[in-house]
Amino acid sequence: MRGLAALYVQQFKTTFASMVQYRASLVIWMISHVLEPLVYLIVWSTVSYTGGGSVGDYTTREFAAYFIVLMLVNHVSYTWIMYEFEYRVREGTFSVTLLKPVHPIHSDIADNISSKLITLPLMVLIALGLAAAFHPLLAPPMWAVVAAIPVLILAFMVRFLLEWTLAQSAFWTTRVTAINQIYFVLVLFLSGQIAPLTLFPAPVQLVAAILPFRWMIGFPVELLLGRLSPVQALTGIGAQVVWLAIGFALFRIVWRAGVRVYSAVGA
Amino acid sequence: MNYLRLFGVYFRVSVLSELAYRVNFFVQLFQSLVELGTALLGLAVVFSYTNTLGGWRPDEVLALVGVYFIVGGMIGLVIQPGMGKLIESVRDGTLDFTLAKPEDAQLLVSIQRVEIWKLIDIVLGFGVLATALVRLGETVGGWEVLSFVVMLLTGAVIIYSFWLILATLSFWFVRVENILEIFQSVYEAGRWPISLYPGWMRFALTFIIPIAFVTTVPAEALTGRLSAETLLGAVLLAALLFAISRVLWRIGLRQYSGASA
Repeated sequence: MRGLAALYVQQFKTTFASMVQYRASLVIWMISHVLEPLVYLIVWSTVSYTGGGSVGDYTTREFAAYFIVLMLVNHVSYTWIMYEFEYRVREGTFSVTLLKPVHPIHSDIADNISSKLITLPLMVLIALGLAAAFHPLLAPPMWAVVAAIPVLILAFMVRFLLEWTLAQSAFWTTRVTAINQIYFVLVLFLSGQIAPLTLFPAPVQLVAAILPFRWMIGFPVELLLGRLSPVQALTGIGAQVVWLAIGFALFRIVWRAGVRVYSAVGA
Repeated sequence: MNYLRLFGVYFRVSVLSELAYRVNFFVQLFQSLVELGTALLGLAVVFSYTNTLGGWRPDEVLALVGVYFIVGGMIGLVIQPGMGKLIESVRDGTLDFTLAKPEDAQLLVSIQRVEIWKLIDIVLGFGVLATALVRLGETVGGWEVLSFVVMLLTGAVIIYSFWLILATLSFWFVRVENILEIFQSVYEAGRWPISLYPGWMRFALTFIIPIAFVTTVPAEALTGRLSAETLLGAVLLAALLFAISRVLWRIGLRQYSGASA
């Protein structure tokens, strides 16, 4: 356990050093992360404005709050492991990782968390700037803010495990871009990134409730907007825990099989 | 004419080398269809709650999506691969080989790489555009079509010059790939009418990264909402940017020393 803690600390230092070196890539990463929610914020604000100040159960200012909070929540739970894994397997750098005496997921987790901590101040600054520009209406009850802490941690864990597991498809095929694209489209629509899920038809909402994507992004956002009752929040946490368990099981199974395939190819 | 013939040669070489990887066609087709499907579904969701978006009717925004795909396809077909290669060859010195050829080097670097499967995006884009036009029906006359074609070409010149200017910067600052990446993520904002955005964004998307002229303006031309001033302004901007890119390219070349030299 202490060895693992040392590893996380070391990984944090390494990531920090490389982040300072590659500031430009950080900026690019931020731009795409800010621009997408910003575009949908503007689109939905326009729709709402045309429709007399609200669409469904969202007013113009609530849309602003929704997409600004979504930007932050997405920042917390986002991973880039699917691109990274493809590169590792294609270039063969994964062989070195496998030689290390700890599971490679640990350095990935540490890497993810540390680079996000570094970018967080800038992200918050951007959020404040957007808040000044779009006047969001955000007044969550105290309990929701407190509950958001475990919910965000769970959202991060579910998303990380699932995407790490999916990233391993690179062991089997070199055409992971197509797989990734399908995944991103599903996330885009069913997590609430294009529009709040309550604006979708009932069947879509049902599918979104069953699949994991909503629990990674949309659910924390709705909680932070104060749109959920305590019972709904608890149900959501339950769904997150269930998906965490499923994700963990899949991760174990796929990892065992995947490493075997990789060694067979690399030999 | 000679330029067209050269482009033909480069195009044929790309076709021949890509035909060895025919599966790539289906991969690209699949990806383009998914991307198009995403865009259309997004429109469907938005327009299930309204029938006008900032004054644009659904089919007009559909036409805009068509233009977005056509221009995106053009960028992916020649501009992006060529400029990416240019930056790379300035860094590792292989630009020497291009400079040694008896043709205009700017032309050669611009057409040196053709990603033929991106034609799929262009074809799909025209398909979407045609669908939108049929549905818009009566409002599209000869003038609209003519001004659209002119604006599409103008947009292509603007975007080409813009990329060349950025890529030329690599003569001074070796690592500039990142700027091109930024363009790709900002381009997505062009899928919606620029008039939706607040003033500062509209300014940035018009004058700093000229995406407005590339997607919104051609779509405006087609839907008959283009003013003569905008049309003239776009043509002037295209001429200006093209001239700047040419001058910068010349100055930049003088700066280039070649890694092998």
